[in-house]
Amino acid sequence: MTALALAGLTLREAMRRRVVWALLVLTVVLLALSGWGFSKLIGLDTELGTMTSGEARLVASLLLNLIMFGFSLIAAIGTAFLAGPTLAGEVESGQALALLARPVRRSSVLLGKWLGLAAFGAGYVVLAGLAQILVVRGVVGYWPPAPATGLALLAAETIVLLTLALLLSSVVSTMASGIVAVGLFGATWVAGVVGGLGAALGNEGVERVGTVSKILLPTDGLWRGAMNAFQDPGALLQMGTGEQGFPFLADAPLTGAYLAWTVVWVAVIWGLTALSFSRRDV
Amino acid sequence: MTAPAITGEQLLASLPPSPAVWCSGLRKRYGRRTAVDDVSFTVGRGEVLGLLGPNGAGKTSVIKMLLGLVRPDAGEVLLLGRRATDPRSRSAVGYLPELFRYQPWLTAAEVLALHVRLARADVPAAEQREVLGLVGLADRAGDRVGGFSKGMQQRLGLGVALVARPELVVLDEPTSALDPIGRVDVRDLVLTLKSRGVAVLLNSHLIGEVERVCDRVVILDQGRVAAQGTLAELLGQREVRLRLAGVDGRAEARLRAAGALSRSGDWFTVQLAADDDGVTVPDLVRDLAGLGVRVHAVEPARISLEERLLAVLRHEEVPA
Repeated sequence: MTALALAGLTLREAMRRRVVWALLVLTVVLLALSGWGFSKLIGLDTELGTMTSGEARLVASLLLNLIMFGFSLIAAIGTAFLAGPTLAGEVESGQALALLARPVRRSSVLLGKWLGLAAFGAGYVVLAGLAQILVVRGVVGYWPPAPATGLALLAAETIVLLTLALLLSSVVSTMASGIVAVGLFGATWVAGVVGGLGAALGNEGVERVGTVSKILLPTDGLWRGAMNAFQDPGALLQMGTGEQGFPFLADAPLTGAYLAWTVVWVAVIWGLTALSFSRRDV
Repeated sequence: MTAPAITGEQLLASLPPSPAVWCSGLRKRYGRRTAVDDVSFTVGRGEVLGLLGPNGAGKTSVIKMLLGLVRPDAGEVLLLGRRATDPRSRSAVGYLPELFRYQPWLTAAEVLALHVRLARADVPAAEQREVLGLVGLADRAGDRVGGFSKGMQQRLGLGVALVARPELVVLDEPTSALDPIGRVDVRDLVLTLKSRGVAVLLNSHLIGEVERVCDRVVILDQGRVAAQGTLAELLGQREVRLRLAGVDGRAEARLRAAGALSRSGDWFTVQLAADDDGVTVPDLVRDLAGLGVRVHAVEPARISLEERLLAVLRHEEVPA
């Protein structure tokens, strides 16, 4: 009851603060540009002549993944910066006082905020991602092998990052929590790329960097799973084994164990946040 | 025939209601500084209790511990008969924080509706509008809070504290941003609540207001209860001021016999005992006249709460 009221309040805040409209404009611009780019791709001539259908699918896969990365970045930054003000900001401004003096459990308040932010972030990536897939299909006729899985993994990636941002915002200040969350997101992605290069070069030590970072913060692992669902199955073969470390193609789908770990990770971080928030003096 | 057994519920109903607030041994440290040290007091149902003390005395910390916003290091709190660790203890509590901020993207009416929902109270929209009218925001119900002045936000905070039909209202500096008319409005509101049997815990720097509306006062100093009692108990001492001419040694001795004496020009002030039966002053005037003293004026006076507060805080015990 409390959680639902606060989830609604969080969504209403996103609407009223014009976050939704800013995102909508940004997304429409991105969709239009990508549509234009893909339409140019069809008529593209290389020195070797017109691309084969395999090459075209490879390039479409790459570009689709690139744009999806853009969306996941927008959603990640958006939710991280919305999550920050939600706990730290409301405590700092005094807004939390009147709210928490009501007959509510702090964990219900947290759950409500988390649900609202999760609905917002996940809703955004799913809708924007779906629109992008439809644009690509309309322009070049490419349809990814597992679009629903890919979009779900993108949504999960957003939820992972916003859970982390909520934890940070319950212990550090508003601005710091957003910056640290986005910084960690970027660092994990870079570590994933480094790990991929390590695998391509056969260097186990470097490869381990990517593996460890994927476990510490599952955003990059989920992102790679999403890419795998969006890209053409033949794309990797087309690229050749020498290009294994390429950051916008993933070589394997996600394992069930990794997904289970992600669920555990979110639950543990959420529990830590609830503990820290319920003990906090406001 | 056996008498019908008394159910547990009937037994509970026959007991006197638990106090609105009961707290015992509250203690809170922030780092090395002890903000609140062994504070205990009670607010009865329908009673108005004033919390007084200088800045940093721990008044807001005590209020926050009562409402579960700050975790006490030691001590216990019961609100309306329930432990304060149980969120349900706050079901019928309204609170206006010292730092009042409400969601700037909501309208005044939406803020009240949100609080009614969180309090799980069944308050129809018309009654919510009535509350907005009561705090002087009837014509701003549909405006976003972001555009409100400080005073209007504090009025909205009062509305939030009152909207869910509270049995206990906690007001932390409720007039800090209000103009003189607003202050009078708050005083009237507190008196209305009192007449309806709603308990009020009032923290205010405006001693005059506290003196006018409160039944009892708790004075905090450096985190401890420095004094507490009803106004009659705290302000028990009365005095009488007399303007006299022709006072000789015998007349002065007669004045001293009535109580502690102080003199400023031809004005004499005599402190009267708290349990004065009402004949001390007439008898004194009669005797002074008999001694040939010319009595120009006799003015009864009462020690104000402000004087009493200052005496307590400066550790000067006013002689009883």
